[in-house]
This record gives sequence, structure tokens and C-alpha cells, in this order.
Amino acid sequence: MASISTTIKSEFERVRNSDVWRTIFRSGSGSSNLHRSQAVQQNIFLHLFSVKVRTRALDFSPTWYLGALTLSTFFILIATGILLMFYYHPSVPQAYADMKDLQFAVASGVFLRNLHRWSAHAMVFLVFAHMFKVFYRGAYRPPRQFNWVIGVFLLLITLLLSYTGYLLPWDQLAYWAVTVGSNIAKAVPLVGKQIRFLMLGGNEVNANALLRFYVLHCVILPLTAILLVGVHFWRIRKDGGLHVPEKKS
Amino acid sequence: MSDVKTQVAGNPLAGAIPDDNECSDCGRRDLLAKLGVGSLIVAAAGAGLFAYEFFSPNVLFEAPPIVKAGKPDQFPANSVTLDPQSGIYLINGSKGFYALGAICTHLGCLTAWKPDLDLIACPCHGSRFNREGIKVAGPAPQPLPWMKVWLSDDGYLMVDRSTTLKAPEYVKV
Repeated sequence: MASISTTIKSEFERVRNSDVWRTIFRSGSGSSNLHRSQAVQQNIFLHLFSVKVRTRALDFSPTWYLGALTLSTFFILIATGILLMFYYHPSVPQAYADMKDLQFAVASGVFLRNLHRWSAHAMVFLVFAHMFKVFYRGAYRPPRQFNWVIGVFLLLITLLLSYTGYLLPWDQLAYWAVTVGSNIAKAVPLVGKQIRFLMLGGNEVNANALLRFYVLHCVILPLTAILLVGVHFWRIRKDGGLHVPEKKS
Repeated sequence: MSDVKTQVAGNPLAGAIPDDNECSDCGRRDLLAKLGVGSLIVAAAGAGLFAYEFFSPNVLFEAPPIVKAGKPDQFPANSVTLDPQSGIYLINGSKGFYALGAICTHLGCLTAWKPDLDLIACPCHGSRFNREGIKVAGPAPQPLPWMKVWLSDDGYLMVDRSTTLKAPEYVKV
């Protein structure tokens, strides 16, 4: 057994030292601290994170992993959402029927739709839980104030994603929920009427509103969320890593 | 990486920003900076206006405000009739015909006539109105609006949903 693992190891080393590999991963092989930190720093995705973390920050208790769990639901939502887009037309005659087709005619459609829906509920719950955890742990305090502000915007985007997604099944619940929601927006002083008109693309919840909510739900809000999530994670490193309270002795 | 040499001598910003007392053309720089910022503000305002204009539809395919409600004899005496399509009640009361908007003034749900209660009730948040549109219960901030009703030349009751009457008006047939 030992010889097999040595073979695999040396084979992996050979690949890591090949010219092609080295054009992609500049740091090359080696396991010194410098090599390891370069491997993180020189990767566009990994460079968002710290090269080193305190082992205590990886424990369950400081974070309950709520941020990571929120990110996981977000990834599930992106994956299932893109798949749902292949069968859904955002138009008045088709939207409701497409939703029903996803439930009854498309292979694995009901699984994907339900996964999308439950992940959405879970994400809203986890975002709130994450914020409560950060708040009661005092992790919003200096030097992490700005990351808290980004977090508040991410909360708003999460809620807007839920709200815009709510209209897309185009059933009675969706229709009246958005009627009520857009009338709440209308209660804004002075510009309420204009806000509602821009939101719905008209005076009533209709084809324009469906299309607007679809574009917001599938393009604008997810892209904004991805951008802010990137900044949010990068700020953890910039603000000195996760907030880990001193262990009581 | 080792062939890249960087030279940082002293303050890295040295030379990038001239000290105030050193510049011989401060007035010119100041003017150009103000022109630059000013043009950015104008461009941002223009982009904002452009976005507002673009996102406000100029043509809407919504139902016209004037509705042909029906012939007067379609509405029995002392009746309240909802047309869910146009969102109006046509009421044949003792003083004559009149029309109420059926959209709840709270958050826009379609209300329903409850003959057993003799009330108009909203399913969303429980507002209730009497047949004059006056609120009797619930969160609605305003009474249901009265709409202009008239008899067309060919004998149909017409309702204009875009005009709200300030005082009750009845159409006698």
C-alpha cells in the first residue's frame, strides 16, 4: 500500500512541476510556508481568504458556520435557478403553465423547484441567524464595521430576491402578494406612485411586472449579490480574520 | 518574479501631488478639476434622467378607464353587483345607480360583496365597508371611491374609473 501512495504522490509532484501546471499555478510544488501562502495569494478565488487562520476560528462555536451555510444555500439557489430557467417563460400565458410543467412533466423538475424554494427559505433564515450571531458576539464592532454594512445590504438583496421570486409562479398567491407589496411601496412619501409605476412597469400587476421581476430575480439581484459576497469575504481577511472571542480560562 | 525590481524611494506619493505652495498654475489646475467634477455631475444626472425615462413605459396595454357596466335592467333593485374584471361595484340603490371602486384602499386587494353581512369585505387584511363605501372595520385608511356613472345614448350604464366623485351622485333611470 505504501508504494502505491508513494507512486501517486510522486506522480502528482511530476504534474505540479510540469510546464503547463506552472503556467496556471505559479507557486509550483513545495510545502514551505511561502509556497503555501503563494498558492492562496496567487489564486483569484482563494486570494479573497486569509493565508492563515487561527484554529479556533475553524471551531463550531465562534460562528456556528452560519455564513458558510448561507453561502451554500446561495450556491444551491444559483444552480437550481439556472436549471429552472431552461423551462420557464416569463410571460403571462406561459408562466403558470411552465411552473406546473416543472412540477409534473419535467424530469426532476419538482425536485429542482422544491430545492430552489426550500433553499430560498433556508437562506432567509440563515441570513437572519448569521446576523444575530454576529450581533450578539459583538463581531460587528471595529474593525469590522464596514463588513457589517455590506452584510445589511446583502440582507436587503436576499429579501428582494425572495420577493421578486415570489411573483414568478404567477398564481393567486404571487399575484396578490405583489399587489400588496407594490402598494406598500406606493406608501413612500412624495415619490411612492412613481416607485410603484417603475416597479411594475405600469399601474397594475401585469406582463410588464412579470418581466421586470424576472430580470431583477435572475440577473440584476444575483449579480449584485455575487459582487457583494465577494467583497464581504475579502473584507474578513482585510479586517483581521473572523472574530474569535478569547477563550475563558 | 525575481527579475521584477521595484524602487520605492521615500514617500511613494512624492511628486504625484504638488504641495499647495509650490504650484505655479494652481488656478488652472483648480479650474480643470472643477470642470471635470462638474461634467461628471452633469453626466450622472443625465444618466439618472435617462434611466427614469427608459424604465417608465410610454405605451401601456391596460384596460381603458371607461367601462360599459350594462343595461340598467340587469341590476335588480337594492342590489350590489361586482364586476371583478373592471374592479367596480354597480349599486342599484333607493336613490338611484352609483358605482364604487372595488379595490381596497388599504393595499389594493379586490374586495367582495357579502350579502349575508350586507357589507363589502376585503379578503387580505379584513377591511369592511358598507354599501356607500364607508369603512366600518379594518385597516383601510379611506372609504371606497365613488366613480362617475352616466347613461349612454344607447342605454348602457357607463362608469369612468379615472374620476373620483367628492360627493355622492346618483343616476336615475
